[in-house]
Amino acid sequence: MTNPLSRLLETRDWLMADGATGTTLFNMGLQSGDAPELWNVDEVAKITALYQGAVDAGSDIFLTNSFGGNASRLKLHNAQGRVHELNKAAAEIGRNVADKSGRTVIVAGSVGPTGDIMEPMGTLTYASAVEMFHEQADGLKAGGADVFWVETISAAEEFKAAAEAAKLADMPFCGTMSFDTAGRTMMGITSATMAKLVTELHLTPLAFGANCGVGAADLLRTILGFAAEGSELPIISKGNAGIPKYHDGHIHYDGTPELMAKYAVLARDCGATIIGGCCGTTTDHLRAMKEALENTPRGPRPSLELIADTLGGFSSVSDGTGDDANAPQPRRNRRRG
Amino acid sequence: MSDEEDIILSELPDDELVQQMHDDLYDGMKEEVEEGVTILLDRKWEPYKVLTEALVAGMKVVGEDFRDGILFVPEVLLAAGAMKGGMAILKPLLAESGAPQQGKMVIGTVKGDIHDIGKNLVSMMMEGAGFEVVDLGINNSVEAYLEALEREKPQILGMSALLTTTMPYMKVVIDTMIEKGIRDDYTVLVGGAPLNEEFGKAIGADGYCRDAAVAVDMAKEFMDRKHNQMAG
Repeated sequence: MTNPLSRLLETRDWLMADGATGTTLFNMGLQSGDAPELWNVDEVAKITALYQGAVDAGSDIFLTNSFGGNASRLKLHNAQGRVHELNKAAAEIGRNVADKSGRTVIVAGSVGPTGDIMEPMGTLTYASAVEMFHEQADGLKAGGADVFWVETISAAEEFKAAAEAAKLADMPFCGTMSFDTAGRTMMGITSATMAKLVTELHLTPLAFGANCGVGAADLLRTILGFAAEGSELPIISKGNAGIPKYHDGHIHYDGTPELMAKYAVLARDCGATIIGGCCGTTTDHLRAMKEALENTPRGPRPSLELIADTLGGFSSVSDGTGDDANAPQPRRNRRRG
Repeated sequence: MSDEEDIILSELPDDELVQQMHDDLYDGMKEEVEEGVTILLDRKWEPYKVLTEALVAGMKVVGEDFRDGILFVPEVLLAAGAMKGGMAILKPLLAESGAPQQGKMVIGTVKGDIHDIGKNLVSMMMEGAGFEVVDLGINNSVEAYLEALEREKPQILGMSALLTTTMPYMKVVIDTMIEKGIRDDYTVLVGGAPLNEEFGKAIGADGYCRDAAVAVDMAKEFMDRKHNQMAG
């Protein structure tokens, strides 16, 4: 397969992705509750500045402002009829910024979860998830996105639906899940389960990994979990800049650029190829990460102790992988007749 | 266990039936839980006893395993669905018999925030623990919360937020309650993925709930304290 991201991955042994979209947009005046995707049409200069910030900080890949751009999320803003338009606009602005950069910069079409729970626990059917993601993918593709980039997913079925949509739209895809509950996704997926899942999809991703979640330390434990599965696919690591803290009426993440620089180097040592930040990661953080990645030699795969000592402790003792995995107690299960 | 026979619920003695109902709740088997509730009622159990000993006690195990990272959202949703099936049978009977209530909670996601998975989980777990829950849904303004407090007269107010940008709104609600002099009439619990204990303290909430199971534990604890205060 020949696409810009594959070619870049062939020539480089690590790539830097971008930082936070939401954090940056809120700093530009986005009001909480407003759909950021509307800005792809209403505030083109600000979205351009968002992307330009990542490119200027040295990112090789940036994500478009389309995370909530599926029909289910946009419906909450009565914009479900604008999926194609808003995603296309998100990608077009990105394409423009990337093409002017003078180097290869990947425009990754960001796709977040539908926000609905899938059957049988919830109401979302697999078919309608595929349809929603497909609609979004078509818009991103029309705007010139290089890759369909699914993130913050917690359910295996939703991830599968996204892969199928990418295939239908004939786009290469990357996908990350958010491991925020005792080292697993909200729906109970472990890093080991995801490493296996990505080999069983309609379309094999160019890269897979983890984003968001709890703190940088937890995220790296997940990366180590992927690496332990011996996956041959490149691993993506997009961790939050620390933990949100409340200060005089607003929130800021406590991770400093220095901390994120250490995180980036450790992420590479853990086995990640595509390294970026998530919530709270500003261009200051990205610059520090880039400099550290360029000027620090690769080290051995770090231990959990080293990660905790460098970035802070983990949010849970176990992450559901390995011998200490939690399992339900043996129980007197009823036999179905 | 493979040689185990099919279980006929109606043939089990009370204690084994209740144990089996706990297991069926854990496994999210709605029809079996409903059947168990009906059998216990036929055996002249008080509806309140069925609620507490069969359903609430069973959901307690679900909540503990959720808290401990053994069960995750899908299993909890299925268990809560089974519990709701049993509750639907008990609810009218409980109302008739004037059974005691654990307490009442008004819950909603704050203004600007349209996420509701976590809040729904808390609602279900609270109901599973025997609380009456009034769910205001998503995107609630201060006014919506205050109206609901006035109308429903709960002991507990629960607020949820998934976004770092909407969490501060919880403080707006609490500050308004202070202004109106009603803050101490309620126990205020907050929760949501980006929150933490420090934040809960900073905005003046009574408790930060890391997850739905913790929310239930805290709600019970505060209700107990309230009872003690009244007794004292």
